[in-house]
Amino acid sequence: MATRYLLGNEAIAHGCLEANIDFASGYPGTPSSEVIDILRSQGERSFYVEWSTNEKVAYENALAAAWCTARALFTTKHVGLNVAADPLMTSAYTGVTGGLVVLSADDPFAHSSQNEQDTRCYAHFARVPCLDPATVQEAHDMIRDAFALSEEFNLPVIFRPTTRICHSKSDVTLGEVGQEHRKGMFRRDPKQYVVIPAHTRVLHVKLNEKQQGIKKRLVELGYNHAEIRGTTGIIASGVAASYVQEVIPDDISFAKVGAYPIDEDWLRGFVERHTRVLVVEELAPVVEEAVRRVATAAEVYGKLSGTVPFEGELSPAGVALAMEKAGFAPTKSFPPASPVEGIPPRPPILCAGCMHRSAFYAMRKVFKDGIFPSDIGCYTLGLQLGGVDTTICMGASITVGSGMKQSGEERDVVCTIGDSTFLHTGIPGLLNAVYNGADMTVVILDNRITAMTGHQPNPNTGVTAMGEESTPISLDAICRACGVAFVETVDPYDLPMLLSTFRQAKEKSGVKVIIAKQPCVISARRAGMKRKPYAVDTDRCTGCGVCRSFGCPAIAFVDEKAFVTELCAGCGVCADICPAGAIRKEGRR
Amino acid sequence: MKDSFDILIVGIGGQGTVLASNVLGEACIAEGKPVRSAETHGMAQRGGSVESHVRIGAEHGSLIAPGTADLLIAFDLLEALRYRHYLPEGGRVVTNSRFVPPTSVYMQNLQIPDESEILTGLAGLSVTCVDAAALAAEAGSTLAQNIVMLGAASVDIPLSPEALLEAVRKCVPKKTIEINEKAFRIGRSTDRGC
Repeated sequence: MATRYLLGNEAIAHGCLEANIDFASGYPGTPSSEVIDILRSQGERSFYVEWSTNEKVAYENALAAAWCTARALFTTKHVGLNVAADPLMTSAYTGVTGGLVVLSADDPFAHSSQNEQDTRCYAHFARVPCLDPATVQEAHDMIRDAFALSEEFNLPVIFRPTTRICHSKSDVTLGEVGQEHRKGMFRRDPKQYVVIPAHTRVLHVKLNEKQQGIKKRLVELGYNHAEIRGTTGIIASGVAASYVQEVIPDDISFAKVGAYPIDEDWLRGFVERHTRVLVVEELAPVVEEAVRRVATAAEVYGKLSGTVPFEGELSPAGVALAMEKAGFAPTKSFPPASPVEGIPPRPPILCAGCMHRSAFYAMRKVFKDGIFPSDIGCYTLGLQLGGVDTTICMGASITVGSGMKQSGEERDVVCTIGDSTFLHTGIPGLLNAVYNGADMTVVILDNRITAMTGHQPNPNTGVTAMGEESTPISLDAICRACGVAFVETVDPYDLPMLLSTFRQAKEKSGVKVIIAKQPCVISARRAGMKRKPYAVDTDRCTGCGVCRSFGCPAIAFVDEKAFVTELCAGCGVCADICPAGAIRKEGRR
Repeated sequence: MKDSFDILIVGIGGQGTVLASNVLGEACIAEGKPVRSAETHGMAQRGGSVESHVRIGAEHGSLIAPGTADLLIAFDLLEALRYRHYLPEGGRVVTNSRFVPPTSVYMQNLQIPDESEILTGLAGLSVTCVDAAALAAEAGSTLAQNIVMLGAASVDIPLSPEALLEAVRKCVPKKTIEINEKAFRIGRSTDRGC
């Protein structure tokens, strides 16, 4: 037993080590990524870890490991669970023999996500248990127990932390790292693992028969518990439970839901002892709907009564406000505080020297009237450069682009997609576009790594999650194998070459692929790569502002002249852009 | 009712807000105090506005409510203004005296506020300005600005300087320990007021 100051995801990873984990796979996605990053960076590692090409691939790998008696972890962010939803649903029928924990991190307020969906709905849909931690300590304890619960019911168990668990830190009491590891061994049982209709009908009945036992067990294990203190009560789940505990008076009853499915008898027992009940939860009204099903006399407040917001994340102040609306007096009131207005925004931007910036610049220069579908990754920040017209989900830039063209859109369509995203779900879209005769340009922004989520390796990097060297795939060969005739790889720092390649692509019909290849500036710097910074010759600078519109954070303006700051990474693209020839490598005149 | 001392650390991605909050967290562990913190992730080094909530002595959630922070530490003067509503009237802020103009002002042709305007915006608070770049350079590296700021704020933080220094040694890269210890001491002994 040791107490350490840990990030939620670090505490979760440690819980996995304490549970003797044998196998871990996932696809990076904020706020889930650090769990596998921490597992793979263990000095002494006696289990298998991989970053898979997408969530479905990762899920099926982990499922197979759990069919072979291993304790397997699959990690994703909520939207990635959509990609793995197909195997998730059927794996509830087949079950597992080892332990399978499905970590799907939700992101209330969409801090870094395209939607605010609720993983608890997937648990209900698939009819598998779901654990929902309220604090970092609980996240650590729960994930450790999740493996045992999975083995007890022979079912995948969903573990659903949220951003404020994953990316919160606290003092955490840890247990000992386990040393027992299992060697995978598959026991043939076609009735269990071959889901032909005759088998699946039987498996579905078995899955339904497990539900009642699971509900009772979750109450027994203490995940769902209540304290009766008065005639009014609050029921809360997940991290919202800790916000409630901060502001709840001593005479209001409190029930905490930490796991699903909820036992209706237990829930009814709590609700019936109160005249008024407030349900506090983030995202979907999952608990509230269960409360409303069992409530006969009690008045219920929550999202459906307009007391708790449907969107965004909660906070102690938000909970206090909901309590006031429901007529419950919180112990603290929070003064309304609004931010000062009119401060220039400071959104995240592409790094100084990021190769995506010049790719967007060249794209817009050549395709002035173009339409630019894009995808999920750092390059979505190209929005600020006018280079991103659509973003929906991983892999959808090429499919959205070809759909636009096939619907009759006459303007040029130029899609952007990163290397990791292209490998994730871009390839099927590309071969579909080529085979069905779309006319468009695809720019693969190849920075050799999955940068946005924290620089995880992918099959284009040349190293595995375990740190072993592997042969990087050839994006060029994949594109040619998909049937693309025009495939050009260019250095995006070479602006004249980039512009001429874009012009060539514009002249041709069919699907054209331009691979803009240059390592991510952050990973290049970490690898010790140094480029001389650039500087402005103030005598030559006319203050025209062309470099300014390039949007590089290393370019500032001082006394109406351009100024290159210490952030300069030495990519040199601004020197090519400057019409006065005023930007040069430092120390050169 | 309040049982925790709540600190909001704000700055720009890449300035080391998370490392600074780690120092506070580790110092809490050294003193046996419960601690909760919440961080901005995914924007590291990408120049966005970032915030770290640190609640010393907290037993529940990691989020500080606006209007209730006990101390605001700003690694950038403009960010101090952006987050001032986390402090109650008369609240305490320790801020860098300089700021980096956001790239948005150049892209969208916005007015860059000047330092005196920002300081006017901070009126009503108890403000300490720290020239972090100059003091960090004095300590041996401009990269130590976050530890200078932490040192300057440390007089207002209910943790012992010994525990904080121990935490600094634990959190910074090994070869920079000496510079960062010096940065902390220089920050701690800097003049109050603005």
